[in-house]
Amino acid sequence: MAVSLREYRARIKSTESMKKITRAMELIAASRIIKAQQRARQAAPYARELTRSVSAVATYASVDHPLTTEPEDPKKAAMLVITSDRGLAGAYSSSVIKESERLAARLRDEGKEISTYITGRKGQAYFTFRDRPVVEAWTGFSDQPTYDDAKEIGDTLVAAFLGDPEDDDDHGVDEVHLVYTQFKSMLVQEPHTVRLLPLEVVEGEAKPESDEVLPLYEFEPSGAEVLDELLPRYVNSRIYFALLQASASELAARQKAMKAATDNADELIKKFTRIANQARQAGITQEISEIVGGVNALADANAAKE
Amino acid sequence: MAELLQVELVAADRLVWSGEATRIIARTSEGDVGILRGHAPLLSVMIEGVVEIDTNDDGSFLAAVDAGFISVANDRVSLLAEHVDLADHIDVDEAREAVRKYSDADPDDTAAQSALRRAEARVRAVERR
Repeated sequence: MAVSLREYRARIKSTESMKKITRAMELIAASRIIKAQQRARQAAPYARELTRSVSAVATYASVDHPLTTEPEDPKKAAMLVITSDRGLAGAYSSSVIKESERLAARLRDEGKEISTYITGRKGQAYFTFRDRPVVEAWTGFSDQPTYDDAKEIGDTLVAAFLGDPEDDDDHGVDEVHLVYTQFKSMLVQEPHTVRLLPLEVVEGEAKPESDEVLPLYEFEPSGAEVLDELLPRYVNSRIYFALLQASASELAARQKAMKAATDNADELIKKFTRIANQARQAGITQEISEIVGGVNALADANAAKE
Repeated sequence: MAELLQVELVAADRLVWSGEATRIIARTSEGDVGILRGHAPLLSVMIEGVVEIDTNDDGSFLAAVDAGFISVANDRVSLLAEHVDLADHIDVDEAREAVRKYSDADPDDTAAQSALRRAEARVRAVERR
């Protein structure tokens, strides 16, 4: 009994130190969510102005642009999956990967060939472990993405969409989908799929009011050239927005998971303490009964002599 | 209030400056453009360069910007660029170093060329201060 008492005490101690770690991670995630939300708020003016400009050009200059043209018979699709770099965030990565599997199944049903792009080490590990081809993967920024990261991804995807202009057979992919986790609130984060390219202008968060009449802009040098510059940036800004949402979601998921882990550790400590107390009590009881038994035996032996 | 331009200088990841101004000078792909109150609605492509903003209290400041956009409508001016550095916050030695580093870059390397133009804009912004 004494041995197991020591064992229980050791377990309580290790659970306590585990609890300290998960508690610290919970607090770190909580403080970072605030920063992530601030970043999302700070990025909003750029996205808003860009959306306004794009809708202004789309309204007044009827220009066709390769990035907005729907291909007639889409055969090839690209998919960008935004996952996290680190685990310990509950079901965060697996639910976004599951959503990407659903999208992949749907695209395959439509007879499209899929090329996969990934951000985050978790998604990369998932795909390489299953020997699935990944065209490109970016890692190392999932909890605080910068605009430059989004730009790099955006430039790659736009290039993949446009194909190689010098090669007539390479028309690039016909559509680009984006799978990321939407940050709805601290408690709810949902995996979400959007089609990034070809662009459907005027949608999403920063839609201008429908009663707002856009001014009659003069475009310099020309509507087409302004659009040429605007649209890739619009794509980058959409990707940046998705990365920011995903990072806030990741942190929220981690905070939730670590809170659950801390609570579980508390429960375990309580349970182990009870068992340890019981074991200690049982040990004492046994010792007493041994002494009493011994005394009785002595008394019996003495009585028998007399 | 209506006598002034409402200006927003926006980088991709933050709002750098917003306030009222009497005059703005920015560099577009067609050349420098000066904006005063009552300018016709304009949407133009901005190239790497220096933006000068004269604020209403007779002060003015400079900022180095990346390629981006300027949109003007109803005395509201938005300057959008992926990166914006206010002249007061630029590390001029670092910018000069970048100019040196990229000055003999391959003219076909568009990334290096735009990095060079960005660094030059930063140096110019500091020198004109």
